Amino acid sequence: MAEKVLMKGNEAIAEAAIKAGCRHYFGYPITPQTEVAAYMAKRMPKIGGVFLQAESEISAINMVYGVAGTGMRVMTSSSSPGISLKQEGISYIAGADLPALIVNVQRGGPGLGGIQPSQSDYFQATKGGGHGDYRLIVLAPASVQEMADMTVLAFDLAEKYRVPSMLLADGTMGQMMEPVELPEVDYKPTEKDWTVTGTQMKRKHNIVNSLYLLPEELEKTNLERFERYKTIEENEARYESFMMEDAEYCVVAFGIASRVSKNAVIAARNMGIKVGMIRPITLWPFPKKPLAEAAEKVKGFLSVELSMGQMIEDVKLAIECKKPVSLCNRVGGMIPTPEQVLESIKKMAGGER
Amino acid sequence: MVVFEKPKSLTEAELHYCPGCTHGIIHRLVAQAIDDLGIEGKTVGVAPVGCAVMAYNYFACDMVEAAHGRAPAVATGLKRAMPENVIFTYQGDGDLASIGMAETVHAATRNENITVIFVNNAIYGMTGGQMAPTSLPGQVTQTSPYGRDVATQGYPVKVSEMLSTLDGPEFIARVAVNNVKNVKEAQKVIKKAFENQINNKGFSLVEVVSSCPTNWGMTPVDALKWVDEKMIPYYPLGVYKDRSAQKEAE
Repeated sequence: MAEKVLMKGNEAIAEAAIKAGCRHYFGYPITPQTEVAAYMAKRMPKIGGVFLQAESEISAINMVYGVAGTGMRVMTSSSSPGISLKQEGISYIAGADLPALIVNVQRGGPGLGGIQPSQSDYFQATKGGGHGDYRLIVLAPASVQEMADMTVLAFDLAEKYRVPSMLLADGTMGQMMEPVELPEVDYKPTEKDWTVTGTQMKRKHNIVNSLYLLPEELEKTNLERFERYKTIEENEARYESFMMEDAEYCVVAFGIASRVSKNAVIAARNMGIKVGMIRPITLWPFPKKPLAEAAEKVKGFLSVELSMGQMIEDVKLAIECKKPVSLCNRVGGMIPTPEQVLESIKKMAGGER
Repeated sequence: MVVFEKPKSLTEAELHYCPGCTHGIIHRLVAQAIDDLGIEGKTVGVAPVGCAVMAYNYFACDMVEAAHGRAPAVATGLKRAMPENVIFTYQGDGDLASIGMAETVHAATRNENITVIFVNNAIYGMTGGQMAPTSLPGQVTQTSPYGRDVATQGYPVKVSEMLSTLDGPEFIARVAVNNVKNVKEAQKVIKKAFENQINNKGFSLVEVVSSCPTNWGMTPVDALKWVDEKMIPYYPLGVYKDRSAQKEAE
C-alpha cells in the first residue's frame, strides 16, 4: 500500500492525472483552481509532458480538442466563469466524440460571482452546457482522496465511451488538505482507429469533425451518440448510500454538501430520527435507481445544495415526485452548517414543509 | 509524359467553391508543397469555419475541423502532442483576423512550430458577403452597404504587418494568386512555410491575397483586376519577417 500524503484537492487532481497517463495540460489562471496549473507547470517539464498556459480558456479548451484528436490523454481545469468560456470547445469535443477531462472547481455565480465554493454549475455540467444535444460524464468528488481517484476514473470513462468527462468539484474540495493515497495506475494507451496522427500513407485520412450539413446524417450521429449515453446510464451511475437500511427520510447531497449533511444525519439519528443519505457520485448519469427505490420506502427527501436548487429537479424526476422533496441550501459561496441541515431534517420529519 | 497533374495530397472530392474562387488554386499550392516535401503521411491539417470549412474533405492528409477562429489553438495542441508531425491551419480573414485574432497572435508570439495559410479575400464568403476585418475602406458589403466607413467601422487589419512586429514568429509573408507570376511566387513561399516547420524554425504564416467574385459582385476576371488595383496596394506583397534570413544577413 502506498503511503498517504497530505495534499490540497487541486494538487491531488494534478498528480492523479499524471499517474493516469495524462501528459498534456492546458489552462488559464482562475481562482480557486490555480494550484492545478501551478502543479502541472512544475511537474510536466520534468516528465516530458506538456504544460501550456493558454491566452484564454477558449484557447485552452481548443488545445485540448487538438490533443484529444490524437487519442492521447489530455485535460484542462478552470472554475465557473472560465468553464462558461470553455463551453464552445466542450460542445465541439462532444460533437466529435473525443475523450478529454475538464475539471471545474466551482465558485459562486452568476457573472464574475465570487471566489468561494459553490455548486451552482450543476445544470451547466449535467444538462449539456454548450449548444446542441450532448452529455458529459460528471463526477462529484467529496474528499481529497476522491479528487484523486475520480480523476483517474474520469479519464478511463472518457476513453471507454469517447465522451468528455467533467470532474465537478468546488472551492472547498480544491483548497482543503487531507491525507491522500495516490492511485497507482497501470495505463497503457490503446490503438485507436479514429485518431489524427498522420496517415503514414497506410490508410485513408481520418477527420475529426462535428459538421454534418445533411440533416439525415446529423440526426444519425445524434442518435448513435445517445445510444452510447444509454449504455453509460445503464452501467456507470455511482452513488454512496449512508444509513439508508431503515431510513424513513432521505437526504440527497453531493460534494462538500454531502460532508456537511453526513454530520447532520448522524446528529438526527442521535435524536431518534431515522434518516439516511444518498450521495450521488456521478451527477450524470444521475443515480436514479437507488432514489426511485428509496421513494418506495421513505416519507420524504431533502436536497442539500450550494445552489438555489438545481439537483433537486433530478431528484424529483428520479422519484417521479412520489414523495415530497424539500431544499436546504446556501448560495454565493456560503456553505450550510450541519445545524442548518439538521433543522431541515427535523422540519422534514416533523411534517412541516 | 505527364507534365501537369493534380497533387496527390488532394482527394478526389469535388470542390464546392464558387466559379472563379481562388481557394482552389490555394488548396493546390498547399497540396503541392506537401507532395514536394513528401510529408503527406505525417501531416495533419486544421480546417476553419468559413468558405474553407470543408477543406477536411479535400486534403488527403488527416484533418481536424476547428471552431471559428480556434484553428491555431487546435494546431498548438496537435503540434505539442506530436512534435514530429507537420501541422498546418487553413483559415480565412473572418476566422483568423476577427474572431480568432487572440489565437493567431498568441500562436505567433509563442513561435508555435506550425504553418498557417491565411486566405484574405476581404469579405465573409460563406455567410453571404459581410464586412470582414480586412474589407477595404469604402468597400461595399452586405453589412457595409454604404461602403466601409472607417469612422464607425474602423480600418482594415493588416495581419502580416502587425504580426511581423512581434519577436516570436519565424516567418511572415504576403503573396497573391491573381496572376501566373504571383501564383508561382506563392508556391515558393508556401513551400518555405512548410520547410520552416520541418526544420523546427517555428511559426510561419503566409497571407494569400485572394478574390471572391460572388460576394464582390464581379466576374472572376474583374475580381482578379480588383485584387491588382485595390487589394495589393493596400496589402503590399512581400516577406515581412524571416528571422533565419535576418540572422544570416547579420
